Amino acid sequence: MQAEITRGKLVKIISEFSIGLALAAEVILFSQFSQYFFTTENLLNISLQASITAIIAAGMTFVILTAGIDLSVGSLVAFAGILTTSVLRIDLPVYVSLTLGILAGLLFGVFSGYIAGIFVTRFKITPFIVTLALMTIWRGASFVYTGGRPIWELPDVFAYLGGGRIIGIPVPTVIMVIVFIISHIVLTRTRFGRYVYAVGGNVEAARLAGIKTNRILISVYIISGVLSALAGILLASRINSGQPNAGLMYELDVIAAVVVGGTSLFGGRGTIIGTFLGAMLIAVLRNGLNLLNVGSYVQQVVVGVVILLAVLLDQLRKS
Amino acid sequence: MTKLLEMREIVKQYPGVLALNKVSIDLYPGEVHCLVGENGAGKSTLMKVLSGAVKKDGGEIRLNGEMVEYSSPFESRALGISIIYQDFKLVPELSAAANIFLGIEIKDSLFLNKKEMNVKAAETIARLGEKLNVNLPVSKLSTAERQMVEIAKAIVGNVKIIAMDEPTAPLTSKEIKNLFEVIRKLKSGGVGIIYISHRLEEIFDIGDRVTVLRDGQLVHSAEMKAVNKNDLIRLMVGRELAEEYPRNKAVKGKEILRIENINSDKLNNISFSLNKGEVLGIAGLVGAGRSELVRAIFGADKISSGRVFINDKEIYITSPEEAIKAGIALLTEDRNLFGLFLNLSIRENISVSSLGNMLKGFFIDKQKEKSEVKKQFGQLRIKAPSIETGVEALSGGNRQKVVLARWLETNSDILIFDEPTAGIDVGVKYEIYTLINNLAEGGKGIIVISSELPELIGISDRIIVMCEGGITGTLSYEEAGQEKILELATKFSGGKHSQKVKNAG
Repeated sequence: MQAEITRGKLVKIISEFSIGLALAAEVILFSQFSQYFFTTENLLNISLQASITAIIAAGMTFVILTAGIDLSVGSLVAFAGILTTSVLRIDLPVYVSLTLGILAGLLFGVFSGYIAGIFVTRFKITPFIVTLALMTIWRGASFVYTGGRPIWELPDVFAYLGGGRIIGIPVPTVIMVIVFIISHIVLTRTRFGRYVYAVGGNVEAARLAGIKTNRILISVYIISGVLSALAGILLASRINSGQPNAGLMYELDVIAAVVVGGTSLFGGRGTIIGTFLGAMLIAVLRNGLNLLNVGSYVQQVVVGVVILLAVLLDQLRKS
Repeated sequence: MTKLLEMREIVKQYPGVLALNKVSIDLYPGEVHCLVGENGAGKSTLMKVLSGAVKKDGGEIRLNGEMVEYSSPFESRALGISIIYQDFKLVPELSAAANIFLGIEIKDSLFLNKKEMNVKAAETIARLGEKLNVNLPVSKLSTAERQMVEIAKAIVGNVKIIAMDEPTAPLTSKEIKNLFEVIRKLKSGGVGIIYISHRLEEIFDIGDRVTVLRDGQLVHSAEMKAVNKNDLIRLMVGRELAEEYPRNKAVKGKEILRIENINSDKLNNISFSLNKGEVLGIAGLVGAGRSELVRAIFGADKISSGRVFINDKEIYITSPEEAIKAGIALLTEDRNLFGLFLNLSIRENISVSSLGNMLKGFFIDKQKEKSEVKKQFGQLRIKAPSIETGVEALSGGNRQKVVLARWLETNSDILIFDEPTAGIDVGVKYEIYTLINNLAEGGKGIIVISSELPELIGISDRIIVMCEGGITGTLSYEEAGQEKILELATKFSGGKHSQKVKNAG
């Protein structure tokens, strides 16, 4: 029905559309300059490169929708990877150690998210500070645990997670797509998703409407923790080792993807599709600049400028 | 005499709504020009156009006969136009003085001259006949005090035109008298005032001229002396209203709620009961503990002791969620702060507390959600293009209806209304009274808190009066009169809560 498309919805559609347009423009531009850019192989490559940050960004979207932030994601990547690879080194039948290893990594993500959630809700400490502390703690713990040395010599089967393909598509890409589909459905179709938006919009009104706001807040940090841990395991598999400095500064890339995707840092507004497009926008940019032989220092500058432009565009459209 | 202000044929178009359709008003120095109309009539939009906060789509604005163009509140303020909005625009973390001088700070070369600002802020507050520690952050002030800061902010500096949007809504009668004194002083100083209020008695008290808006159009403009209250109501609503307060005709049933000896840091040994079909009013001054009482019953605030019985069965409520399950609904005061999700649509705001009944497995059954919401949307006659409209775009009365719809949807047996008609106009007020009566007739128990005594007396079957966190008396409809209620409401015992109450009220 025509009348059902109202201003709020329209704004949402235009917002996603404008990021989509920017993405399309990027793709067309890079296709002009590089023959290789628009090939199946390179596009799959981009999706693989984007997958790690994109998976974390899906979790971050939940947190930012509640007007929170999770700075601990990069350190979680490292520590989860280290935990998983350490378990893999235990002398057990390989599928047992693989299962236990992945489980250990994911459970650690749950644990860290739960701690963050408890500090945010029970002790009323701002998410920025809580997760900043956790970021330092897990990074430090990674170095303490490994003595600063990577964990090597892992069973061959582990490399499949990050390096394998399912009907020609990289496994991390497949996992990323699944994560985004589930996240999208959770946010748009379930009661929990609706509550996330309500808590982000007005936490006191949410409480007085009968929502267990603390439970929602703790949950979003757990989601962010688990997805970061998942990304950490995938990364460890790709580099076939547990590295204490893995995922360094990932939090910034991830937050950039979410914000470029149109999610408000003040909470209550944003979509998972936007985050996906935001992550892709940045990944395509990086890949294209690489193909054009742009040095990594210059790339940093360009990516920063594009983030500013994307957010500016979003702001202009709103006013 | 030259006109201070002239707004000619102002047009403002919002998507789907013509908010202002060639509205013209003018203002002379030393005059109070009242603006009345129902919700969505266009009063607030007109004021936003005047301030520059909203861009007009047509028409012109003249100051002292000269055409002016501006596009922000900052520019209009520099031209001597000051607006006091319905919702406070104060920064809670800053001190009262800093808020008063926000944007027009006094500086010594590079640095703020806090001393002078504090002194001048205190002087300005004193002009309002009030006393206030201007060093306190606004978040520590009561509603009435915040309003005073808001007014002080508007009158500081070289202001020629002040528009006040519902300035008296949160004030006590003493504070209103003070405000009117200030308005008269400003008038004699040649300031022109545009005054918006739903309280018609007030505008006859303070106004020189009145303009009535309806559905974005000017329907009448006249000298205050040339009209009476009934004329205005008829012009605003577009029809005759039968009576101001419809009486509840429900037959009282069994006891539905009983409170025994509730204590908390703000409540003092409260006991009362409520029957099915009854409308129970709670009266008291600002700070008497009325909102605290209903919040405690609803599980929003902690109690230190006391028992709650529903249908003679003791229940234990420690959170709003449990209260809702027990069949209690609370329509909070200040719906924007405690009731609404301004980022969400009407549909999402209405269904939020009853999603449990709209699930299909893990998922929200959107068909069911839409049909349930549409039912409420239609019954309450919420004025909006569709249920997908964002509540941000709604006027005060429609926002209140959205909150009401949410609680009707939960099908609660006990409904508590805290200041249900604050900032709402005559027509919608009447709708809400009728709705309350219908609910009572349906066997619900109703509790109403209101600072407007005529309203409270008009709609309640019984009134309990609070002072300093305790109950000082209970009056039946036949006994209740304004003097009697005020007498009980000011029966200060000098007990543990007296200081707090005196400060706030």
